[in-house]
Amino acid sequence: MNVWIAIGATALSCYAVKLAGLLVPAGVVERPLVRRLAALLPVALLAALTAQQTFADGHAVVLDARAAGLAAAAVALVLRAPFLLVVAAAVVVTAGVRAVGG
Amino acid sequence: MTSAGSGLTVWQTCALSLLVFTGASQFALVGALAAGGNPLTAAAGAFFLGVRNAFYGLRLSQLLALPRAVRPFAAQWVIDETSAVSLAQRDRRGARIGFAVTGLSLYVLWNLTTLLGALGAEAIGDTNAWGLDAAGPAVFLALLAPMLKTVTERAVAGLAVVLGLGLLPVLPAGVPVLVAALAAPLALWAEGRRKGRTAGRPEEGER
Repeated sequence: MNVWIAIGATALSCYAVKLAGLLVPAGVVERPLVRRLAALLPVALLAALTAQQTFADGHAVVLDARAAGLAAAAVALVLRAPFLLVVAAAVVVTAGVRAVGG
Repeated sequence: MTSAGSGLTVWQTCALSLLVFTGASQFALVGALAAGGNPLTAAAGAFFLGVRNAFYGLRLSQLLALPRAVRPFAAQWVIDETSAVSLAQRDRRGARIGFAVTGLSLYVLWNLTTLLGALGAEAIGDTNAWGLDAAGPAVFLALLAPMLKTVTERAVAGLAVVLGLGLLPVLPAGVPVLVAALAAPLALWAEGRRKGRTAGRPEEGER
């Protein structure tokens, strides 16, 4: 049930901001500072999420096979690999490290 | 897809793709729920990631000049990809066609692959053994990488990582990510101060 609440809240709020962008006259929110903030917020959130999903185990910070997977994804990104290949690299390397070392 | 590996049912996974339809927010929600986050803090994180779509909407509404009645239907397709395609067109006709074609094809593909991914993950069973839990962070990293153009963005990312991991042991699940979002206004404030001192010298990116 909790999951459905979260899905509902996310669907409504994400739709609302999309619609707001189309309906609101440009001048109201299109100030340089607001624009910069809107561009930087995803950077902060994505960075924090990447770190947490790689190094978090509940409330503890751990270093396990996922770190190797993320490193592989980073290398793939530097080599300008396509999106799916980047994700595949992370998955394959993580599974491989787990199979070898556990 | 990764969400079925995080304890969501096939229906819940598909509902996310049909109703939310903005990838980064979906992954964020699923990740926060998997970490045991409260549904509302999880939704808040997903919402902040979706805010950028409002700014795409601002650009698109002038470009596409849609009739008011059409806007509520077009809104669901206001995402990174449709905006990029529409804004790249030379005239309004091209932009409208680009928006509609990109929106429709992505919507169909995204939801089809979600269904297949969710069914596939259910068939696999223990998704962690296959390394699928690394797919989430890899997706985030792939979304993040092209955004790290200037010193400010890198500083924001670095600070957010420190906050997100550092606060993990002390705050409830899902909250550290929201606190990490404060890295954005903090960096803007620092940038403003630095610019004030150097009399408005333009920020120079390394790339």
